[in-house]
Amino acid sequence: MTDRALSVVRSGALTTVQDLGRPGHAHLGVPLSGALDGPAAALANRLVGNRPEAAVLETTLNGCAVRPRSTVTVAVTGAPCRVSVDGRPAAWGAPVHVPAGALLTVGTAVSGLRSYVAVSGGITVEPVLGSRSTDLLSGLGPAPLTDGAVLPLGAPNSLHPRVDTAPQPAPPAELVLRVTLGPRDDWFTPEAVRAFTSRPFQVSSASNRIGLRTEGPALERRLKGELPSEGMVLGAVQVPPDGRPVVFLADHPTTGGYPVIGVVRETDLPAAAQAVPGTPVRFTEIRRRYALHRGT
Amino acid sequence: MRALQVGDAALLVEVSSGDEAQALHAELVRRRAEGSLSVREIVPAARTVLLDGLADPARLAAELTASDVPPAPPRARAVIELPVRYDGPDLADVAAHWGVSPEEVARIHVGTEFTVAFCGFAPGFGYLTGLPSRYDVPRRATPRTAVPAGSVALAGPYTGVYPRSSPGGWQLIGTTDAVLWDHTRVPAALLAPGTRVRFVGAA
Repeated sequence: MTDRALSVVRSGALTTVQDLGRPGHAHLGVPLSGALDGPAAALANRLVGNRPEAAVLETTLNGCAVRPRSTVTVAVTGAPCRVSVDGRPAAWGAPVHVPAGALLTVGTAVSGLRSYVAVSGGITVEPVLGSRSTDLLSGLGPAPLTDGAVLPLGAPNSLHPRVDTAPQPAPPAELVLRVTLGPRDDWFTPEAVRAFTSRPFQVSSASNRIGLRTEGPALERRLKGELPSEGMVLGAVQVPPDGRPVVFLADHPTTGGYPVIGVVRETDLPAAAQAVPGTPVRFTEIRRRYALHRGT
Repeated sequence: MRALQVGDAALLVEVSSGDEAQALHAELVRRRAEGSLSVREIVPAARTVLLDGLADPARLAAELTASDVPPAPPRARAVIELPVRYDGPDLADVAAHWGVSPEEVARIHVGTEFTVAFCGFAPGFGYLTGLPSRYDVPRRATPRTAVPAGSVALAGPYTGVYPRSSPGGWQLIGTTDAVLWDHTRVPAALLAPGTRVRFVGAA
């Protein structure tokens, strides 16, 4: 009889369970959620032979420590960090054998922000609307990890890892986010739109899974009125009244009432998930927008 | 109607009224159900419908702006009844704003059939329309840090019910014991866009 579970010894600053998220429910006010650095989470799953939809741990800043009750294979990806098993150094970004009862320690990120821990069999907490992701905005899914919590693990499947190690992008020294302007760039002055796509910004320490907040030039509005609430997409750059752009990440609200000046290309968002506070950010325009009218 | 590009895979379709937005939403949901529209999310809002997860948003934009949206089909679905006690802390303020007595606020509110125009803010939170525009009320100048779950509230042209305790600036007029969101229930959300709602007086 194996006891497939993981005891949480040190939960760290913020460690959550994440998978591919819960698409298809935005009209009910349910955010997408899911791993912020999707490619890193997918790689961790591949390294331990899991399916892509298996749930992993997403740690923030200072890692976590867990003790599997049965022998498992784990892989730590994303932000580079020290990994150890019962105090002995182990590989980052590669499959690691962890005997039953041994302590796996995921250390503080050396660079970047979020590390991913995949465990063979995946974390099998109860899904909510088809996903095991913790959604911090709406409180769906499992609560963030706490010391002493126990997480169930699934049976390892037959997918065999075909790689021992894999290259990963380094966390960004400068974040370049490609944006398509709109749908509400016309709510801003031409100077503000120019400043948005040409001036430097910095990642603010107030960033979280809901949004990457930035500091820099305040973007001034041309239209001062109130925008009726409208649907928001992943990567939308919303500008609240203080004029500081916020890039919406996985736990973003599904509707909002502040104008969206542009939308960041989805493939640029994993790097945004690894940008530490203070990282320089530039928004570059990638294509002209279109708007089709119908006279009524 | 205006179709606006939203990044690489989404489209924001803007119409001129909340009724048109509800009609467009119903039409898009119908097209998806019959298989002629492939899209991951259809998110109606106050004056817009967002379509996300489109393979070719530009083509759909051209098609939508070249066609007429049929008026919303007659609503066949049953009315959901929400029992409510009109005991909210802002009932007197709302009554003053409307120029009627608190009892009359309750009478007007239970006498109205609402429709869920759109959701958002929190899972299970619906923006209900139905009150005539003369009953629009402003949000409170200072939002409350904690509005209790089940609070029945007004803001602008909308009525809403808080599914769980959260901060909020809406005017609280009453309380319901109805469970707006239960992830173990199918469907989890009691209210979805298009749902008809009536409030009924509870003892």
